[in-house]
Amino acid sequence: MDKKQEKQKDAGKVLIEELNQDEKESATHKRSFWNVITIPLLAILSGLIIGAFLIAATSTSVYTAFGQSFGKGITTAFSEIGSAYAALFTGSIGDPVRIFNALFSGDKEQIYKAINPFLESLVQATPYIFAGLAVALGFRAGLFNIGVEGQLFIGAACATFVGYAVKGLPVYIHMPLAFIAGGLGGALWGFIPGFLKATTGGHEVINTIMMNYIAFRLTEWLLSGPMTRPGSGGMPISPIIEESAQIPQFFPSPIRFHLGFFFALGFAWLIWWLLFKTKWGLNMRTVGTNPRAAKYAGLSVPKTTMIGMAISGALAGLAGAIQILAVNRSMALGLSSGYGFDSIALALIGNNHPVGVVLASILFGTLRNGATRMMVVSRIPIDIVDVLQAIILMLVAAPAIIRTIYRLKEPKEEETTVFVSGWGGGQ
Amino acid sequence: MSTSTQAIKHERIYEVSPTRKLVMGIIEIIIGAFIFIVFVRTVSGAAKTTFVMTPGGINIGQAGDWILPTQLTLIILAALALIIGVVQLIRGFGHATNAFVGLCGLFLIFSFITWQAADRSLNLAGMLTSAVLLAVPITLGAFSGLLSERAGVINIAIEGLMLMASMVGALIGSLTQNAWIGLLGGILASVLLAGIHAVLSIKYRINQVISGTVINIFAAGMTAFLSQKFLQTNQALNSPPLFPRIPIPGLAHIPVIGPIFFNTNIFVYIMFILLIIIQVALFSTRWGLRLRSVGEHPKAADTLGIKVIPTRYMAVLLSGVVAGIGGSFFTLGSVGRFEEGITAGKGFIGLAAMIFGNWTPIGSLGAGFLFGFADAIGSKLSLLGSNIPAQFMGMTPYLITMIVLAGFIGKGQAPAADGEPYEKE
Repeated sequence: MDKKQEKQKDAGKVLIEELNQDEKESATHKRSFWNVITIPLLAILSGLIIGAFLIAATSTSVYTAFGQSFGKGITTAFSEIGSAYAALFTGSIGDPVRIFNALFSGDKEQIYKAINPFLESLVQATPYIFAGLAVALGFRAGLFNIGVEGQLFIGAACATFVGYAVKGLPVYIHMPLAFIAGGLGGALWGFIPGFLKATTGGHEVINTIMMNYIAFRLTEWLLSGPMTRPGSGGMPISPIIEESAQIPQFFPSPIRFHLGFFFALGFAWLIWWLLFKTKWGLNMRTVGTNPRAAKYAGLSVPKTTMIGMAISGALAGLAGAIQILAVNRSMALGLSSGYGFDSIALALIGNNHPVGVVLASILFGTLRNGATRMMVVSRIPIDIVDVLQAIILMLVAAPAIIRTIYRLKEPKEEETTVFVSGWGGGQ
Repeated sequence: MSTSTQAIKHERIYEVSPTRKLVMGIIEIIIGAFIFIVFVRTVSGAAKTTFVMTPGGINIGQAGDWILPTQLTLIILAALALIIGVVQLIRGFGHATNAFVGLCGLFLIFSFITWQAADRSLNLAGMLTSAVLLAVPITLGAFSGLLSERAGVINIAIEGLMLMASMVGALIGSLTQNAWIGLLGGILASVLLAGIHAVLSIKYRINQVISGTVINIFAAGMTAFLSQKFLQTNQALNSPPLFPRIPIPGLAHIPVIGPIFFNTNIFVYIMFILLIIIQVALFSTRWGLRLRSVGEHPKAADTLGIKVIPTRYMAVLLSGVVAGIGGSFFTLGSVGRFEEGITAGKGFIGLAAMIFGNWTPIGSLGAGFLFGFADAIGSKLSLLGSNIPAQFMGMTPYLITMIVLAGFIGKGQAPAADGEPYEKE
């Protein structure tokens, strides 16, 4: 009895400390808003500068120009970079001249078309928001979920299946049902590594990656076998989902902006509320920041690990579901353009905070959308976005580099760094 | 110095927790029961499995076929697994626990192919040859991880290092039409990236798993970018010469073993040479003792005058060298051209092999062979006309990795300071 009381008192102490610490955090947070976003902004800027070098260095016309004269080489390099980044801008935000003309003419359709690049960026950002939230939530619980890609595939497969196999339901039942199915599929795929970590100590970093490869094989088999589209001739593609399962798009056909974007914002709010406004979220964050203290406070680390991985997986599954239900409307193997790794960058750039994740996602959606146009105009492979993301991620993770380059002052307090270390044997 | 070598060697505690002992015993018994229930009972008593013991296209070191009575073989394997399981439960195998689980895993795989090939013939030697080749990148990945982690730096970037090395190896190899220079280029590229990982995780002390992930994303993006920009548009840049098969005089003529181990790719020989070098260097030299002490207790090492930071840099760079060889294997030793994502997770599987092998070179090699074998089965059985879909066969190495990883991480196995940045006070 005595022991129990003492334990509870300890738990209370830890929780109170946590709460106080949080208040302090938010107080400084408000004052140093600019401090918080300087590093990501400078990281993005540096990323774009390095990207410019890469564009110039891999352009054959720049080399031929340098062969003629040095001045010509420099001007060619700059014009190459200029046209590439101009394409990046018009492809992701829109052509300012065109937007202005459209607004001036007052033609509704013209306006829609002119702002479509921006809306398309939001479309691209939607799965990023879900995927980024998945990783951020994992990090908050002290888990490194590299398996977003696989969870996303499984989620998408489940949503697709419910989307085409269930027939005759009204929209307000079928659509949520397919969406939830996606979440459940992802949750299962996330739960397995969580369960393995909690019970056997198998590190989630390796297990989630293995689950990715298994998910790819499994969806390949599903799409070319049981879930294949009749008459597809062996192509791994699923049937088109029922109209009642589709998440509506707001504008006529070429514009794909859809309701799902607001779902994503809603989920970002929900995760923020769960993490920062509920006792459950507090417990999860306590386990994430200090598992040993959490254990002494009577919290179950294995339970949190399993639940955290399952929710993280569910969010990743929703990312896949939303892409199927709102945009693709059927599933093919080329579903993801590497959301899994991107989402890690998103979570870190967004400081593992839902608001940060949303902002970072919109940025990445914009980058990727613009890069598509950049590929068409300047023949620069879209994978340059991955390179940029890696550089941005590196600089955000190591703010000291940014501070050295831009000669910023050291912050007063040490930044809180993340979490995963060792192979889980030491706990 | 030599006395302290002795001390550290013997005081290293291989503590096998009672739960792990129990779980491993149960796994082994399940394997035995599985072989018995699923395989033995679904095969007719008269069935025979024929194993061809000479790989195709080899004319030295030929051997006759092995014709095994299928059911009897399966019963023996099941019984052996059951016996091992029971012994494990009763008295345990100490630090050989993993080896015995691995052995049971081999029994399972072997009985699976015996069962699949009942009343048919299967080129076992060919399968083993490709298993050894498939084990090369995994084992080298494990060696690479081993070097860096023994010095206390988690290197999850091996996948990225290998990917980069395979692309640069192909590019340089094609440009010079010399496989050796290609290999050198691959190693250099890998070392360069490993250097970034070292700076990020040692100098800037950012989380080592994240630093590794940065390298992985960067390598995936950069190789895809460069390959689309140059290698795919200009095939001349993506046709490196392959290292030829080199028979070792004398040894290559031994039946069965000769064709598999001594008449094969140069990368297989490099793998065995590295095994010996790393084993001796890490565990029998002063250099190795220093490296390990930095990974176990950097502060104590520092107090004794060992330079912790330079040692760690060196270990990560060496890890880059080994990963570079492993990566070059894909384009210069196996496929002969670079494709996006050619490494297909082998770097990560290598890490799992390192963990399964208790952070030792020999254990890593054993685990690498196990994974390579599992991988080889997938490709060979689809040739046999198995009714199991190819995708499911393709899952096996990943599934085995997960099963193997479950429960193999315990106290006293990973270097104590693995993943912890060190700051001199």
